[in-house]
Amino acid sequence: MIEKALTGGKNYWLWLAFLSSLTFLGLLSYLKQLEVGLGITGMSRNVSWGLYIANFTFFVGVAASAVMLVIPYYLHGKNEYSRIMIFAEFLAVVSVFVALLFVLVDLGRPDRLFNVILFPSPKSLLFWDMLVLTGYLILNLILGWKACEAEKREIEQPYWTKILVYISIPWAISIHTVTAFIYCGLSARPFWFSALLAPRFLATAFVSGPAILLIFCLALKRFAGFDPGQNALENLRKTVTYALSVHIFFFLVEFFTVFYSDHPEHVKPFRYMLFGYEGHYHLVAFSWISLFVAVFSFFILMSGNFLYKRKLAFFILTMLIFGIWLDKGLILMVAGFNPTPEVELEKYMPTFPETIITIGIWSLGTLTLSLLTNIALQIKKSI
Amino acid sequence: MKRRDFLWIVGVSAIWGIFFPRVLASQEKNRDKRWVMLVDVSVCAKNRDCEACIKACHETHNVPNVGGSKEQIKWIWFSKFEKVFETEIPPIAQKKLGSWPVILMCNHCENPPCVKVCPTSATWKRKDGIVMMDYHRCIGCRYCMAACPYGARSFNWRDNKRYVGNVNYDFPLRNKGVVEKCNFCEERIAKGLQPKCVETCESRALKFGNLYDADSSVSKVLKERTSLVRKGYLGTNPNVFYLL
Amino acid sequence: MKKIYDKGKTLTGLIIFVVLVSSPTWYNLVFGKGNYVPDLKVEKNGKECVKRTSYMKKNHMELLKVWRDEVVRTGNRTYVREDGEKFEISLSGTCLKCHTNKQEFCDRCHRYVGVTPYCFGCHNIPRETRK
Repeated sequence: MIEKALTGGKNYWLWLAFLSSLTFLGLLSYLKQLEVGLGITGMSRNVSWGLYIANFTFFVGVAASAVMLVIPYYLHGKNEYSRIMIFAEFLAVVSVFVALLFVLVDLGRPDRLFNVILFPSPKSLLFWDMLVLTGYLILNLILGWKACEAEKREIEQPYWTKILVYISIPWAISIHTVTAFIYCGLSARPFWFSALLAPRFLATAFVSGPAILLIFCLALKRFAGFDPGQNALENLRKTVTYALSVHIFFFLVEFFTVFYSDHPEHVKPFRYMLFGYEGHYHLVAFSWISLFVAVFSFFILMSGNFLYKRKLAFFILTMLIFGIWLDKGLILMVAGFNPTPEVELEKYMPTFPETIITIGIWSLGTLTLSLLTNIALQIKKSI
Repeated sequence: MKRRDFLWIVGVSAIWGIFFPRVLASQEKNRDKRWVMLVDVSVCAKNRDCEACIKACHETHNVPNVGGSKEQIKWIWFSKFEKVFETEIPPIAQKKLGSWPVILMCNHCENPPCVKVCPTSATWKRKDGIVMMDYHRCIGCRYCMAACPYGARSFNWRDNKRYVGNVNYDFPLRNKGVVEKCNFCEERIAKGLQPKCVETCESRALKFGNLYDADSSVSKVLKERTSLVRKGYLGTNPNVFYLL
Repeated sequence: MKKIYDKGKTLTGLIIFVVLVSSPTWYNLVFGKGNYVPDLKVEKNGKECVKRTSYMKKNHMELLKVWRDEVVRTGNRTYVREDGEKFEISLSGTCLKCHTNKQEFCDRCHRYVGVTPYCFGCHNIPRETRK
């Protein structure tokens, strides 16, 4: 089946070459980071997590969001998603893979990675995160593969995949919940210390994941001549819209609680994020962009015509994904670490090599997704 | 034996097997030592430019002087009173105390958040209360830095050995990629010595001792004088006390 | 059993691969280095070692790992030999105080067997041993 990944036209190969070269650049930068240390990034004593962990959080969300297709398709037997189910599973696989890579590049001593297994420490949420993420990866690999095989041979999927699907639903919720618990269990960081963090993560995940899938489907329709079915696109649009409304609602709930209570430790990072604090405005522009994009695209997305204006759809969805990425990624990190324990404010700016490594991982993810997608497309065509 | 009985026995012994080691472990917590540090803030206020303890500690433990604030490594350092105890003391009282220097270090909390989050148990709490670091096991994930409310932990963002001025050959250095912090001079206590900062301070602003020993000077002082701990409301229960 | 396609090419490739991978061994055999053993300067500036030489040759790294965990994790700094003799557990304080020539003892053999232990990255070489 794998050989199908290597059949394609000139554009396909150019696309693969482009992604490979970006991945290669990322690898070179990572080698530099291995040699010099994490000092080549913009992270510091006070903002000790940055771009890498921001991306980790975002991609765990994208991975979890596959349930938004799994539930209607497998639990309710709705057939709209039958043509794209396999892509949702592949996206989940690739996202977990990418998320794990982001953790790996963030480690100061990646050579000791397996200490997490050699000295298991169940009190640590990172231990549980490792368990649920690798479990989810394996689960989705098996499901994706079996779905491909069944489609290729035009047979029913074996009965036990159904059991795995049922397990995968709560499991998907768990991966993002555990990821939120990493942050919200820390009383030292008031910005994260909120029981609403896990629900907020899930809401933004169900925006970003289906939005990426929607872009992906529109792109397949445009460039690969594959029709995902108008109903599938329409349902994805609705999913994004509903999740977006929940996201905005959750944000307002958090906003009210923090600002009405005016609890000093909680209000400071939020003020820093939205309005600037003691003359520091590092995050203000990003925060308002993220908020504006969310509200604006919510109104645009409500319209059913949205999907027929392809360029507008591409643009709005890209902005929306970027806004969510800022919200649960970069802003979450910087506002989480500010003000510092000694009430200072520390700026964080990703450096060039750090950005290249990040782009490298994205490219590797996109490359993997492209190969997997090609396999699925070839199978679908050959039937 | 009936099958039912057999299953019962298997089940109960399994639970026993899982939990008994924990019962033993919790009994270990009945300890006779709890090392604490007392910092007399009013003494430091009289010697504002004194950095003797910081210099001595950093030289003893080969703490690199990286310079700048971004990648700085600190085992012991100071900040202003108004920054450290921002919420504990009302603004009016800060008029007098606000600009006082306060010596800061790892609090060796009784309930340390950094220990809880470490995915490899590279940092853990010893029976005598010291929060230790195992530089051989640390994977450099920096979760402990996110969990520490006191900024007591520093990460080696690069190979910092060249920033160690005069190497103390009796104490190891650190590699890049691991987190480090104050160890309450664990290596000196083992030899029956006082921590280096305490020994160095000529004006005796620092006191160190066993709080579980009712006759120790630290126990007596803590019973008599007013003291503060950093962010006590977080429930970390610090072992560094600030005397007013 | 499936048939191997392009049998000739596959086997030739395999043989070339094996020859290339094992070439360092052939090189050493041809140039008479097959029996090379590094010339180690074993200095014994003091009492007998904590364990027998034959044991240390093979297992010193295991002993050092046990020692490391004893000191760091259990806080025990004394090693008691079977005959009751006591030693302070310390790489630079005990081992290197006797084996003073690190370069021609530790390093030479480590280079020979192609290992780079990172112990010395942090654990200082005592002043008297530094050259």
